[in-house]
Amino acid sequence: MYKKIITGAVATAVAVATFVSTAHAEDTLYIPALSYRTGAFAGGGTPFANGFMDYLAMLNARDGGIGGVKIVNEECETAYNAQKGVECYEATKGNGALVYNPLSTGITLQLIPKAPVDEIPVLSMGYGLSAAGIGEKFPWTFTYPTSYWSQMSSILKYIDSNGGLKGQKIGFIYLDVGYGREPIPLLEKLAPQLGFEVAMFPVAGKEMQAQSAQWLNVRKERPDWMIMWGWGSMNPTAIKEAAKIRYPMDRFIGNWWSSAHADLVPVGEAGKGYVGANFSGIGTDFQALQDVIKYVIEPGNTRTDPSKVGDVLYNRGLYNAVIVAEAVETAQKMTGKSAISGADMRLGLENFNLDATRLAELGLAGFAGDLKGDCVDHEGGGPVFMQQWDGENWVKITDPIAPMSDVVRPLLEAAADAYVADKPEWKTQTCN
Amino acid sequence: MGSFIYSVLGDPFVQMLQMPDFLMQVVWEGFVSGILYALIALGFVLIFKASGIFNFAQGIMVVFSGLTLVGLHELGVPAFLALFITLGVMYVLAFSVERLVLRNLVNQPDIILFMATIGLTNILIGLGQWIFGGETKSMITEQLWLPTGSSVWEPGGGLVIFQHIDIAAAVIAALLIICLALFFSKTKVGRALRAVADDHQASLSVGISLNHIWVITWFAAGIVALVAGIMWGARSDVSFSLQIIALKALPVLVLGGFTSVPGAIVGGLIIGIGEKLFEIYWGPLFGSGIEGWFAYVIALIFLLFRPQGLFGEKIIERV
Repeated sequence: MYKKIITGAVATAVAVATFVSTAHAEDTLYIPALSYRTGAFAGGGTPFANGFMDYLAMLNARDGGIGGVKIVNEECETAYNAQKGVECYEATKGNGALVYNPLSTGITLQLIPKAPVDEIPVLSMGYGLSAAGIGEKFPWTFTYPTSYWSQMSSILKYIDSNGGLKGQKIGFIYLDVGYGREPIPLLEKLAPQLGFEVAMFPVAGKEMQAQSAQWLNVRKERPDWMIMWGWGSMNPTAIKEAAKIRYPMDRFIGNWWSSAHADLVPVGEAGKGYVGANFSGIGTDFQALQDVIKYVIEPGNTRTDPSKVGDVLYNRGLYNAVIVAEAVETAQKMTGKSAISGADMRLGLENFNLDATRLAELGLAGFAGDLKGDCVDHEGGGPVFMQQWDGENWVKITDPIAPMSDVVRPLLEAAADAYVADKPEWKTQTCN
Repeated sequence: MGSFIYSVLGDPFVQMLQMPDFLMQVVWEGFVSGILYALIALGFVLIFKASGIFNFAQGIMVVFSGLTLVGLHELGVPAFLALFITLGVMYVLAFSVERLVLRNLVNQPDIILFMATIGLTNILIGLGQWIFGGETKSMITEQLWLPTGSSVWEPGGGLVIFQHIDIAAAVIAALLIICLALFFSKTKVGRALRAVADDHQASLSVGISLNHIWVITWFAAGIVALVAGIMWGARSDVSFSLQIIALKALPVLVLGGFTSVPGAIVGGLIIGIGEKLFEIYWGPLFGSGIEGWFAYVIALIFLLFRPQGLFGEKIIERV
């Protein structure tokens, strides 16, 4: 009797699971979000996740999803922990996941080898492994709209245009984890090539809010410029410490994870002049943002504090969702299917075209630079612009600065070759 | 070989002599860090003295108290009323810990109580994130009439910068320690606390209520955590990553002794100043970033030669 009950229960469970899985795969677009609203980096993870979730929720509310198919957007909390990130991946991939956006270089590095096996692409938007921008070597990973290496080269170009790079000492303060260390190989190669000197200032995770030693070293080394690859509470602490030693703020440049409202609002007036890189729009003066407010924020279908809509990290999360949505729509058109697979999504990511006309159609005119999916170039090679903190808000101060592609691309190709060299089973692709 | 010996035994001291103002700055920064480490260590010492528990939750108590204060102020509560309410919250926490955890674990091995404080840590992390969210918050420094800005001293054309909040941290920490010392030595409750610290059984036999003492001890540790939270928060904001800094108190405790209030202070200062000096002058030999582990090297050396710490009571086990 018991045996029959147990067998029946198991059969029912399998049937329900199969139905749910099939339902995800056939009737919806399942896009998991590996987000983090807890842990030491929640300050950055939360607004990014809000922007990502709200844009997709807006598409559901306004357009009924993408191509008439509803989006199922499910968050899984990673706490910026690679192990938890992999657990989230394993727990959600069976639901018909179309793409993973890990929001962590550590998690991205774990997912890169899994992507070709499970045929689910990874979009590490502006983070992750820079070498993954070489599409022929990494068919399943994308770093649109640009990579850490390209970004670093754009920052160096900005320095060069503000008094020259040759003979300068560049201080590099970074969170001493995979993310922070990512651009070091590029800096070390470019320094002798372009004639500048580099001084490194690592900040361990547990020292994020106790950086006085690093900044005493900065005072001792006297770098002409400081570049920061920080995240979470490391950023406001570093800017406060810089102000403490009276480092000139207009010579202190944060990358795009070190120059958000969440980083500068706690610093306030003391951070005036601090410069940051960015690639997505600021504020809510875009029709798409207004639609998000109308369809998601005002009805209260969100976890977002309404006053934070339009902030730097919110808009960057939203831009991530825009790229995903555009790739989905492209894949639908290319395959003729409404409910696409991960492999279809990969095609979409290699063929979408977010040019100025398309951005305007989406209600995002001027929000970001042109971005075109490509088989060879999974990086996008996109430019970044510089913004400056005026004590209360960010102000855009430069036009888009293109990366030094002629210098960076060969280095990326060499790094990609090195990555796959000891992996005989690694699947590459040939682009026409 | 010769150059290595020079870089270890010669160059750092030459640098100190060449830039004495910078040396003073390094020592001052180490002093302030040391004071703050001592504050956190003090919370550990209070609880360890009274109950023999290493309270792993002391770090999150620093964050939780700071977040409560800032969170209340964000809701529109005036700063000093928020401070008063936060003290009330820390009392409720102390009472709850005694009633829900300690009372039920009396006579259990120390490791069980230690594990219970790890559980408490995770509960407070979850509770804090649920109530206040995970975003970094600014300490209400000016609203609490704490000083901001800095003063400059230029000895011989050099430059030493003193942040006013750092000076305030040193003064407030000193006042807190004096208050605690007076409380322990001059009040009836303080003497009862010391009796409990010396011998639980004997204290019970003369009518001292262990439960009552534990509530007071945890509340005192909560007050110390709140002061540490305000001071660290004023220097670098309040976020959950602040709790990791509490681990810096571990080498301080090894150095100063788990049961000694003066030990926590002296240990904090030795660790604070020592790690800054070594990071700045000897750090480049190791590729920098030695601050994170150097404190543990000092602690390990002390552990080998004086396991009870500088001021700790000598460990005598009678068989």
